[in-house]
Amino acid sequence: MSRFVYADNAATTKMDKDVFEIMIKSLEEDYGNPSSIYKKGRDAKVLIEKARKQVADGIGAKESEIIFTSGGSESDNYAIKGIAKAKANKGKHIISSKIEHHAVLHTLEALSKEGYEITYLDVLENGIIDIEELKKAIREDTILITIMFANNEIGTIQPVEEIGKIARENKIIFHTDAVQAVGHVKVDVNEMNIDMLSMSAHKFGGPKGVGALYIKSGIKPENFIFGGAQERGKRAGTENTASIIAMGAAIEKITSEMEKNTIKVQAMRDKLIDTILEKIPYTRLNGDREKRLPGNVNISFRFIEGESLLLMLDLKGICASSGSACTSGSLDPSHVLLSIGLPHEIAHGSLRLSINHENTMEDVEYILEVLPQVVERLREMSPLYDEINKKG
Amino acid sequence: MLYSEKVMDHFANPRNVGEIENADGVGEVGNAKCGDIMRMYLKIEGDTIVDVKFKTFGCGAAVATSSMATELIKGKKIEEAMKLTNKAVVEALDGLPAVKLHCSVLAEEAIKAALNDYYTKKGIKMPGLETPCSGCCEGCCSHE
Repeated sequence: MSRFVYADNAATTKMDKDVFEIMIKSLEEDYGNPSSIYKKGRDAKVLIEKARKQVADGIGAKESEIIFTSGGSESDNYAIKGIAKAKANKGKHIISSKIEHHAVLHTLEALSKEGYEITYLDVLENGIIDIEELKKAIREDTILITIMFANNEIGTIQPVEEIGKIARENKIIFHTDAVQAVGHVKVDVNEMNIDMLSMSAHKFGGPKGVGALYIKSGIKPENFIFGGAQERGKRAGTENTASIIAMGAAIEKITSEMEKNTIKVQAMRDKLIDTILEKIPYTRLNGDREKRLPGNVNISFRFIEGESLLLMLDLKGICASSGSACTSGSLDPSHVLLSIGLPHEIAHGSLRLSINHENTMEDVEYILEVLPQVVERLREMSPLYDEINKKG
Repeated sequence: MLYSEKVMDHFANPRNVGEIENADGVGEVGNAKCGDIMRMYLKIEGDTIVDVKFKTFGCGAAVATSSMATELIKGKKIEEAMKLTNKAVVEALDGLPAVKLHCSVLAEEAIKAALNDYYTKKGIKMPGLETPCSGCCEGCCSHE
């Protein structure tokens, strides 16, 4: 039995069918420039504002607090650089974590070259920050805390509400990269004390190239793209109308179905984790077992290397991801896996399966049929496995 | 990153995987920390490599270069095997992505390490075979 199983939804998702149709229709019809005075332009503007409301509703925000961007990376760049510049007179210290996405880490690196000082919090073995360490890291000149909502590799969900509370008490702005969280777990910016939040449409059934940044009323980051008056002058450029409309439709649909999806997806995730750990020896689950995204599975297989594993799975029609050096394009494996304390050789053998509601139990069964064979085949080829077997 | 069809073929159907009992020469290069280890086994009769097997821990390119390197020296004279370069392995595979060139260097080094082991057992010191690389330096790629 051979089939195609897409299990890399943390990388990107297939567009939702309804959303796709809305977008196609919009591409055809809503071509008017939303800044134009005539009806064709005004109509497009109205649709964009409807999408803004949909996005705001998805995270418990107000429409006026949503800025559309080109995606998660732009939102992260905008939030961090925008606050750094706007608050430079108050201080130049920023707190983050060691397991952030590169859109955050590399932005912070760039700022550190401009004289900003960054504290990168360690994470515990389960991938969660130590709240006490966060409290200790806060200084007079701390202007921003940026800690991700949920990790893209190991799926760990941070204690966002608590982090936000600490930030509020200390009058520090709290930004969270929620690219992996929105649409998959409940996000409420007010309940969770979030000041700024990044999201990306293609992680929840929307199109690529569009995202949003939530900026709480009263917070004023420096504008990111200068030009026309779009997005209330904060982010210039003619709006990506069809994508924005599709993003609105996608978030509305996914949040309305979240409860139902979570039950289904979590059951598939748990079956994958439990069966793999039980059936395949020399494995370990990376990330927290409970405080974890509903669709994230990240497991290390000793004695084998991740890229080989991905290629073998691909030959069997399964799309997945890994944190090995070979897939990261550098000599080191994923910074996230190293930060939770994995030795290099175990980090090289990691596999991430990220499933969503479009997957089925049949997909799960197929993965569970193929994966043990592939792992065994690669282990038989591995000189490291040899040594273990000979030792007994 | 794109692998050639040849690389994918040698990855999906690697030739000469396994080990040789009582091999005349065994060489291992690379280390687990960097994500690549290659071990080569040689069976030598007279001046000919009559059999060769490998075991590899590593990426797709590491498996494919191991497989191709064994194919290139199997049945050949030792003298010819000693002349095998990583470049020849890469060419035989219709190329490798630049970031994967170090894998081909490892394959060349693994064969040299196995030949060195063969000569060492015989008490012969053979120039050009003594120092297999650790398999963990970016500098390796400059061998090409």
